[in-house]
Amino acid sequence: MGSTNSTLSKIPNVEELMQETGFTPAHIVRLYDRFEALDKEKTGHLRPQDFGAINRLAMNPIGDRIIGAFFSPGQETVDFHSFVRTLAHFRPVDKKRPKDPSMPEPVNSRTSKLKFAFQLYDQDKDGKISRAELLQVLRSMLEMQVTEEQLESIADRTIQEADLDKDDAISFEEFRKVPPARALRLTYQHGAFAAQGTQNTKTCKVHAHRK
Amino acid sequence: MSTMGGLSQMKLAVNFLTIGLVILSLPCGSYTEIPPKPPGSVTVLPPVKPAGGPQAFPDAENSNLPVFTMDYARIQVPFEVTLWVLLASFAKIGFHVYHKITFWVPESCLLISIGLIVGAIMHSVHEEPPAVLSYNVFFLFMLPPIVLESGYFMPTRPFFENVGTVLWFAVVGTLWNSIGIGMSLYAVCQIEAFEVQDINLQENMLFAAIISAVDPVAVLSVFEDVSVNEQLYIVVFGECLFNDAVTVVLYNMFIFVADMPVVEPVDVFLGVARFFVVGLGGMGFGVIFGFVASFTTRFTSNVREIEPLFIFMYSYLAYLVAELFSISSIMAIVTCALTMKYYVEENVSQRSCTTIRHVVKMLGTISETLIFFFLGVVTITTEHEWNWGYIMFTLLLALVWRGLGVLVLTQIINPFRTIPFNFKDQFILGYGGLRGAISFALVFTLPDSIGRKKLFLTTTICMIMFTVFIQGISIRPLIEFINVRRTNRNLETINVEIHSRLIEHTIAGVEDLCGQWSHYYWKDKFLKFNNRILRKILIRDNRAESSIVALYKKLELQNAMEILDTVSGDINAGSSIVSLQYVYPLSPSSSCSLSLSLYFALSLILLLSLSLACSPSLSLSLVLSLTLSCSLFYPLLSKGLKSS
Repeated sequence: MGSTNSTLSKIPNVEELMQETGFTPAHIVRLYDRFEALDKEKTGHLRPQDFGAINRLAMNPIGDRIIGAFFSPGQETVDFHSFVRTLAHFRPVDKKRPKDPSMPEPVNSRTSKLKFAFQLYDQDKDGKISRAELLQVLRSMLEMQVTEEQLESIADRTIQEADLDKDDAISFEEFRKVPPARALRLTYQHGAFAAQGTQNTKTCKVHAHRK
Repeated sequence: MSTMGGLSQMKLAVNFLTIGLVILSLPCGSYTEIPPKPPGSVTVLPPVKPAGGPQAFPDAENSNLPVFTMDYARIQVPFEVTLWVLLASFAKIGFHVYHKITFWVPESCLLISIGLIVGAIMHSVHEEPPAVLSYNVFFLFMLPPIVLESGYFMPTRPFFENVGTVLWFAVVGTLWNSIGIGMSLYAVCQIEAFEVQDINLQENMLFAAIISAVDPVAVLSVFEDVSVNEQLYIVVFGECLFNDAVTVVLYNMFIFVADMPVVEPVDVFLGVARFFVVGLGGMGFGVIFGFVASFTTRFTSNVREIEPLFIFMYSYLAYLVAELFSISSIMAIVTCALTMKYYVEENVSQRSCTTIRHVVKMLGTISETLIFFFLGVVTITTEHEWNWGYIMFTLLLALVWRGLGVLVLTQIINPFRTIPFNFKDQFILGYGGLRGAISFALVFTLPDSIGRKKLFLTTTICMIMFTVFIQGISIRPLIEFINVRRTNRNLETINVEIHSRLIEHTIAGVEDLCGQWSHYYWKDKFLKFNNRILRKILIRDNRAESSIVALYKKLELQNAMEILDTVSGDINAGSSIVSLQYVYPLSPSSSCSLSLSLYFALSLILLLSLSLACSPSLSLSLVLSLTLSCSLFYPLLSKGLKSS
């Protein structure tokens, strides 16, 4: 635990970060190690190229969107705080959280997860998934398999199913109607995000390189 | 047998079933302890002589050509088989007339009740029922269709997402139950008041192993109509199919041990090794046969008519080969169906696909109907030995141990689940552990060296009746009452599919970002392997197809069929893909009274012909009972008609 404490002391405002996101110290340390491994030039910030260096992520159909989700609008780099805050979306849902309407929605609640997923579609952040945006997502996921007309038909059908107010776009409210279990799947269970309360530090080695 | 040319697929399947039953029921007569006579009938009568007509066998004096002859003995067995199947199916039709019954009482209970009635009739006229629940007939003919159906229609994605939980409950849960119940029963046996001290530990453990396994037939028939959330459904579904491996190992182990005077620690170790052989071997055989079947269908583009045949033959072959090596045949056939389905449905024509689905479902339903029906019949006709203490304690202990088992196991596995089980889910999981015909068949074929076999039989029947009736009937109101999370299982939309795929990609991306793997990594790897190698070998026109595109095509096809249907105005014709998934509850139409009377007339004729085959006294009693039941049920039926 000695090394944990020393690593923690290197991170500014770490208490506030843990409070906000709900990560335990051990998790934060692990994420910090990963952050440093990605930040090859040791600037304390990550740029898109650093993300792009991860091979498998580059091959992911929506890899660029995921990377884009880390960058707040207008910012060119990601510091450690934003890194952790974005990843906090993937923490398992806290069952025992009291429903307090005055407090802001925690980052890993179902609604926040849905918002995160919504933003993956909605790149221009206008609060709606337009037909063009949907087409782009479908194109990246389906790549070579279908022709342009089929893509358009699929997009048409999707909008037709979900669009209730007939504005040819899917708003967040319409998007919410996804069955609950599916939204909860936006949870990454392993390693850094293991359920709160299990303080045992699993020695999951951070793979700095991968085949 | 008539010529095979030009037969439709359905007839083919029924023919195979019949031939099989014919072949096997002949030696089967020896399993039921009756004097050797063909099952289900009286001694063979001399050829019937029509009164006053020409003789069948020409006498010395009268050597004219016989105009009318009758040879019953020749067709006896297939004829009776057909009649029994028809009788059970007519019962099924009858249930749906008043559809409120089938809503609250699962069909299994109704079928058992009808079986009880028929069994009572047969017992009173001292007839023996056909030996349907004997070892060979049951395990070689009755069980495979049901298991094939459940394996074929198992929803694959939820299954693979939950495979860890399923195996955990199936293996560890069944072991927990067996050992717990066995030990407790042995303790109960020590109590002098119950007079069962002669049952030793091995016999208790053997019995516990048999009755602790949750039965797929019973569970499926109850959970089909009840909608619970997807996670719960798939765990219950998967558990009852995959616990077969444990049951097989324990059963064989304890039978083997019962003969031996001394048990060495080596044997326990060997038992564990055997478990892995049985389980993994079963799955391995299933996968191999699945791949071979897929590979075969790649070349069947010119013989479209017999394409469905390959599915049935290969899966049955997997089952039989597994039985040959005494490994888990249920797991073999389930894995075969799972593997096969994905590749075969891309290779075969649309029509063959529909035929396969329909025939699988039909065979499964026939088997299920017959099993429950005969369960009712043999309840009456077997010899019983009643012992209050043993039976009551077995019921109690089974409930208690299952409840405990579910609680403990869920606590252990919940942290590993993305969507943990809450207490309501756990309750239904424990309560839905129904026992059924497999336990009965296993007890029925216990060697006679076990002294208290009759007691075991009675206890098993009580157990089955209790779980199927009481738990089966009450589970639907309970689910509503405690408000378990439900999912509309039939909801398939493009949105859900796209969203699911997006989430999968996102999680995979985050995993790569954090540099750690979980099962998404393996899934991704498998999908790549699948696309690059497997699909090229096993599928004829290989175009890598995303699940989104596949679903889109399927939904568009359904829409097109629906449009055609509304245009032509006929609801019953048209896509069976639609009809298999969306079961339209057809309410009786106004012309029902005519069809109702037709139904009763037909069943009357059927019963008469069945009983004519057996004995006059039987036919008389059947007619009387049918008339009685008609008059009793008529007010109920007319009320049902008025409410439609």
